[in-house]
Amino acid sequence: MDLTPVVEGFGVVLEPTNLLFCLIGVVVGMLVGVLPGLGPAATIAILLPITFGLEPVTAIIMLAGIFYGAQYGGTITSVLLRLPGEASSVVTVFDGYALARQGRAGTALGIAAIGSFVGGTVSIVALSLVAPVVAGFALDFGPPEYTALALLGILLVATVSSGHRVKALVAACVGLLLATVGRDSFTGAARFTFDNLSLADGIDFVPIAMGLFGLGEILYNLEERHRRVQAPARVADVWPSRSDLRASSGAIGRGSAIGFVLGVLPGGGATIASLAAYGIEKRRAKRPERFGQGAVEGVAAPETANNAAATSSFIPLLTLGIPANATMAVIFGALLIQGVTPGPRLVDEHPDLFWGVVNSMYIGNILLLIMSIPLVGLFVRILRVRATILAPITVLITLIGVYTVGNDVFDIALVIAFGALGYLMKKLGFEPGPLVLAFVLGSLLEDSLRRSLIIFEGDATGFLTRPISGTLLAAFAVVALLPLVRAALTRRRARTPM
Amino acid sequence: MSEQRFPDPPADPQEAEREVRPPLAGPVTDVVVALAVVGLGVAALVGSLALGAGSPRTPGTGTWPLLVSIALVGLGLGLLALSGRTRDAERFTRASLHVLAGLATMIGFVAVVRVIGFEIPATLLMLVWLRFLGREPWRTSIVTSLAAVVVLYVVFVGLLAIPIPHMF
Repeated sequence: MDLTPVVEGFGVVLEPTNLLFCLIGVVVGMLVGVLPGLGPAATIAILLPITFGLEPVTAIIMLAGIFYGAQYGGTITSVLLRLPGEASSVVTVFDGYALARQGRAGTALGIAAIGSFVGGTVSIVALSLVAPVVAGFALDFGPPEYTALALLGILLVATVSSGHRVKALVAACVGLLLATVGRDSFTGAARFTFDNLSLADGIDFVPIAMGLFGLGEILYNLEERHRRVQAPARVADVWPSRSDLRASSGAIGRGSAIGFVLGVLPGGGATIASLAAYGIEKRRAKRPERFGQGAVEGVAAPETANNAAATSSFIPLLTLGIPANATMAVIFGALLIQGVTPGPRLVDEHPDLFWGVVNSMYIGNILLLIMSIPLVGLFVRILRVRATILAPITVLITLIGVYTVGNDVFDIALVIAFGALGYLMKKLGFEPGPLVLAFVLGSLLEDSLRRSLIIFEGDATGFLTRPISGTLLAAFAVVALLPLVRAALTRRRARTPM
Repeated sequence: MSEQRFPDPPADPQEAEREVRPPLAGPVTDVVVALAVVGLGVAALVGSLALGAGSPRTPGTGTWPLLVSIALVGLGLGLLALSGRTRDAERFTRASLHVLAGLATMIGFVAVVRVIGFEIPATLLMLVWLRFLGREPWRTSIVTSLAAVVVLYVVFVGLLAIPIPHMF
């Protein structure tokens, strides 16, 4: 492996502007993680207009910082207040809060910070090794492979989203339909534009992401669902003792591996990784009853895994151009805005961007480790800023920010419409993630499908006879049919008398 | 550290969130949602056919939207069959009126921003959200609204020179 681009990537990160935006990214990320309500996808969506004026590398370094910084921040409120700022920190509440009740909040936060650092770093090293190999493999992909890959990606994300499967698939179909609005790239004919000139070039990604994730969340939270915040635990003895470190070293090692693997899979990611790592530690423990009562491994495992997964979920995006989760879909959009198409050629065509972003994660993780503990007090104080004050400010930033996309008031109207849709979706049990993901993959999927059909002269069985697309479609069939088979088996078992 | 400062942790940490969730919606909501999905699918299907469905050998402008809308109609019918069983939709309550009010302020903003600039509608939006939706005291609401709009003006118009319609 030629290490020159890797080393040059460090040169890119260490440029003062990039370092500054890496710092801004991780601090904003930690803040987002601390404040329940807006998640990383929403924040990155709201901040998209800021990135227009930045260099692509700088922009993505900042957005990536927000994403993995949020994993750190989510821990703080889970441990101190029993309020998981992020879904990926929900499981940390079990033992983190129990430790805080025993006066060991500092230990929990210290272990979480160390675990997160180790998990993140292991994952970056693995990413550096694996990503170029995957990208090299994917260079041979043609339209049929991309059709199968995009279909599988959308299906997997819809399958593991927190809502009902059918609803997630409905959201994905709506996303695919929205992606067809505008001029057909093959024939130039206008589709679903209703003679509106602002729709002639299609719907921009920014109002969709800002509306569904940003405004949608804010409107949803308007329904007086704020929880009472209790007085936070005091933090002392932040550095874990040697015995704590010894007790959690295995959990940190396993958490790194689990997080890395689950993060790579489309639809996987930080939340599932944290749950899986916690479950495995509990199953392996000699005294599983300690879990939930303040076991340090119960904090170390999920916190390590969620950071490892957050990092490795960049692999499918940067090597295949397939976002693995909603936040990656937003980063995918940010890259497209910058004129960079993520995919197998990214490593070769934009090595500065690829290695700059990957290496910024090393620096970002060190910054987080250094800052997360001393800044705990500050973050707890920030929790006192009322949501009632933050919400309208965020709304205004969104409305004015989206205007900058095309200096068009129509975009403000669009973001409001998607905000209303985002609210309705959350209210009615539809996750907005699959919609956004399907929207960003929509044109790739349609183009690949049409090209494939032309290549196969209309014979759709051509997809099955090519080894890679055939395998991917077989995986698609398994993922699609497995829940139906499982449901049928459960029904039969329920009918069989015990 | 005294024990009383901490309430007992719930068996399931998500319980704290569920406590404040509105009650679940009934099967009528499920049916309405399912019919809306079917309706959207049918509308898209009709639109796709009008664009030209093409054929597998020569896919047309409407081929892909047609396939997606057929899937959408199928999923909508699936939702209809699942009515009353998904149990993840929330009922619309009086608190939902806050959302309508919030949306109304945004629609007001976009309706007048081209004519009178963003300063006045932005201040009014802040004021409504702070005073009426957030029940902040008048003083806090007025001071925060004005301060926020001044900061936004300085950042977006002064520093970033974004051509958003403005009065001053």
